[in-house]
Amino acid sequence: MTALAPEHVTIPLSARLGPDASRAERVASIAEAARQIRIQDLKLVHYANAGHIGGDFSAIDVLATLYGAVLNVTPETVDDPDRDRFILSKGHVAGALYITLATFGFLPREDLATFLKPLSALNGHPNRNKVPGVEANTGPLGHGLPIAVGHAISAKLDVSRRRTYVLTGDGELQEGSNWEAMMAASQYELDRLTVIVDRNRLQQGATTRETNDLDPLDQKAAAFGFAVVEVNGHDHSELLDVLSSVPFRPGKPTFVIAHTHKGHPISFMSNNAAWHHKVPSAGQLQQALDELGSAKSTSSNGGTSA
Amino acid sequence: MTTTATPTAGGSIADQPRFDCRNAYVETLADLAQTDHRIVGVVNDSVGSSKLDAFKKAFPDRLINVGIAEQDMVGVAAGLANGGRIAFVSAASCFLTARALEQIKADVAYSNRNVKLCGMSPGMAYGELGPTHHSIEDIAWLRAIDNMIIVVPADPIETAATMRWAAETEGPAFIRVSRMSVPKVYPEDYVFVPGKAVTLRDGDDVTIISNGTVLWRALVAAEQLAEDGISARVISMPTVKPLDIDAVLAAARETKGIVTAEEATTAGGLGGAVAETVVQNHPVGMKILGVPEFAPTGSAGFLLDRYGMSPEGIADSARALTR
Repeated sequence: MTALAPEHVTIPLSARLGPDASRAERVASIAEAARQIRIQDLKLVHYANAGHIGGDFSAIDVLATLYGAVLNVTPETVDDPDRDRFILSKGHVAGALYITLATFGFLPREDLATFLKPLSALNGHPNRNKVPGVEANTGPLGHGLPIAVGHAISAKLDVSRRRTYVLTGDGELQEGSNWEAMMAASQYELDRLTVIVDRNRLQQGATTRETNDLDPLDQKAAAFGFAVVEVNGHDHSELLDVLSSVPFRPGKPTFVIAHTHKGHPISFMSNNAAWHHKVPSAGQLQQALDELGSAKSTSSNGGTSA
Repeated sequence: MTTTATPTAGGSIADQPRFDCRNAYVETLADLAQTDHRIVGVVNDSVGSSKLDAFKKAFPDRLINVGIAEQDMVGVAAGLANGGRIAFVSAASCFLTARALEQIKADVAYSNRNVKLCGMSPGMAYGELGPTHHSIEDIAWLRAIDNMIIVVPADPIETAATMRWAAETEGPAFIRVSRMSVPKVYPEDYVFVPGKAVTLRDGDDVTIISNGTVLWRALVAAEQLAEDGISARVISMPTVKPLDIDAVLAAARETKGIVTAEEATTAGGLGGAVAETVVQNHPVGMKILGVPEFAPTGSAGFLLDRYGMSPEGIADSARALTR
């Protein structure tokens, strides 16, 4: 029953809208891509019997917004030195990244059927040498931000306008390497670097508050020299506005606190630490798919405000 | 591939002038950076200890100093490589390899980034500063990581040659840059070939395999053994990984035993690499000389002597294998 097969790959190709599209069309197209990524992710995790669905679902709206409308990178420019870079620091949500890359044409959608299978290129954490579009082999936490800082310095040396985006978990910010990197980002005035924190307030088995509280995160980031912006990380309209408007202050890197919920927007998963890497049963899969299907005609705002 | 050592008229290599390899390192790096704009230095405040002041003056934008933050330093180097740069990370080997080991594994080796990790003042170069500052474990740690070439140059000529190779070769590498002064072992026109040993002295009784700061001591040991009528082969093994298996197995077949000698831990370094090769293919007597413990207070030279790596100590180990 739980064996991933080609017929479980149902995600369509998502078009990235051209410059003539209206803002409303753009937001709607991101929302639909995010919905399709979630539908595919549920099937992937259910049939592969593994994955990090909770963190996937808290990050998917950010991923869909970046690849759907923000990043200056396409399957054709994946090796272009002047492409924008996106580094997924929370490498354990590789499943969500693979589906996002597949729906936007970076890797063949049928490859998704190999997710986590023996010898598959689609490992539980991304490998840039095997998956087109992946910029760094992440997985151990606290690695993405320093890499992003290094890339942003290279762009500055090249006098290039290419941008660097990095998505980190919030629990991950307990790693000191992030704060080392933030000091360097500020010192080097990397205003084309954007750090996005998936602020779902849950780590593996408990809240960040119970574990090693990060608050006041906004003040900490500001003290480290960042321009800080807070958004509803499930609101595609807000995400689009913020992520395409960086930098907010010349000479300062941007720190976007994206308020999210693990497992969003599935009723029984949302904001529930148990879904960090739990696998939905057949019944849960159906219920979640129904919830996403019924959400099809609603607005792009996933409905949960932070 | 046989080169002759450079004994000059009237003296042992032990009597030759000594050089700090960091000078060859920085001169070559600046030279390379002049013609290849992709080259950048990345440091953890280690501008002075890496002797990079002149580089900084010549290329102020291309020396990235992240401050005292080794994990960030190696991640930043990987990011610079993502942006098309060749990142030469230059930091005290003890901090570079221990503090940033996971970044070395994931961001550099596994990600296959064009980052050259230059471990300055390795081994026991910091002498009296003690084991916190000694870097005897670096080779063993990095040897366990896939996709990592490890080079331990023995003199300024080999240091410069290794740097030139590293600049023109895509991919990760770890280069140990000695601080303790050493005499020149190689001819000026030496070309470094990765994965290739260099037979500095032929011999058929016993073999000494060495590199780095201990190599010249091995050559003196061979001179002493020759006086006793023992013919010792001296193999320079600058590349610890990948190891020149052919050279090791030839020594195992053609001589009575192998001594390895290095300024590194006795567990998992050059000696370990040679032993793994020998034991699986052509078992032969071995003696692994190195540093077996947190060393007590003393200079690097004193400590090498203490651990059996004076020329006399190396000769004694070799002599024992011929019996």
